[in-house]
Amino acid sequence: MRVKFKIYRYQPEVREEPYFDTFEFDAEPTDRVLDGLNHIRWQMDGTLVLRRSCQQGICGSDAMRINGANRLACKVLIGDVGAKITIEPLMGFRVIKDLVVDMDDFFEQYRSVLPYMITEKPPPEVERLQSPAEREVYDDTTKCILCAACTTACPSFWSNRDFVGPAAIVQAHRFIFDSRDEGTDERLEVLGERDGVWRCRTIFNCTEACPRDIKITRAIGEVKKAIALKGA
Amino acid sequence: MSQPTNVGLRSWIGYRGGSGYLLWLLHRATGLGVLMFLALHIVNIFLLGFGEEVFNKLLYLYQAPWARAMEVFLLFGVTFHAMNGLRIIIQDAFPRAWLHQRRLVAVEVVLFLAVFLPAAWIMVADFLGGAG
Ligand code: SF4
Ligand code: FES
Repeated sequence: MRVKFKIYRYQPEVREEPYFDTFEFDAEPTDRVLDGLNHIRWQMDGTLVLRRSCQQGICGSDAMRINGANRLACKVLIGDVGAKITIEPLMGFRVIKDLVVDMDDFFEQYRSVLPYMITEKPPPEVERLQSPAEREVYDDTTKCILCAACTTACPSFWSNRDFVGPAAIVQAHRFIFDSRDEGTDERLEVLGERDGVWRCRTIFNCTEACPRDIKITRAIGEVKKAIALKGA
Repeated sequence: MSQPTNVGLRSWIGYRGGSGYLLWLLHRATGLGVLMFLALHIVNIFLLGFGEEVFNKLLYLYQAPWARAMEVFLLFGVTFHAMNGLRIIIQDAFPRAWLHQRRLVAVEVVLFLAVFLPAAWIMVADFLGGAG
């Protein structure tokens, strides 16, 4: 099929203002959008800049806006989005070049929720046991690949870059509800602050955007509830 | 050198979220509308301080067709904002309700229409009947 890629370009050393470039070529409906972008890079315009690594939905580096919604370019088939495809960088981050955005703040927010196991008790002789039921509680949020599709789909984040964002809350959830972890109070403290979970307005854009189908709004709701019950 | 991504009004409207996003945009718009009405309302009452005549003249103004049409919008705004607010409260109180987001949205829309349509009909019929 004949496809038309309309791509957001920002090449500060060439042009001060961002602009759109259009590329037309033949592709298979079963090609992924990322294959199209690779084709452009390799055959048509080597100056196109984007991030990608694994090309199989694991590394989370190629989240971008595809026809208006955040998706991983390597997980979307051209046949599913149609012959006319508009590609833009994630919203809310500063654009460094073309589709590459500055994610420093994103990882700063990620670190702010202490995304690692915190334990006080001395380690047991063998291992810290956990029942399947206890594991199940946070199973969903272990699937996150930190692609930022959720955070940059969130209107609360667009209007306030200090909002910790859904991705960081998902990561916090993964530890808050882990029975072996003992850092819950600290995390709830961080997330209970002004730019924590309460900025979430239950809009569901994050959940719709997540390439891992994580029920993000639900996870955020559970954290909100934990904070509210703690204060009660 | 890098520049902020364009998150102006156009990209807000351009983002393709789900039904939750549309409802949220409407929620904001109706919230603002109701707030503006409230401000207007307070100003109106305040005008009573300038005497009965001024106040009556103003009330007369609200009999005009455009004002009656605005009332239907107000009804829309208040009803929608209330219904959507209730759905969000339910979803915030019971995170598990996530699993039924689409169903809750459907229920909300049905309830909203069930309240709004008859009420709007009564208002419009009254207005048309009154004008004719
Ligand atoms: S929760 Fe989903 S959308 Fe958000 S960063 Fe993780 S994988 Fe990406
Ligand atoms: S390239 Fe790794 S997730 Fe798409």
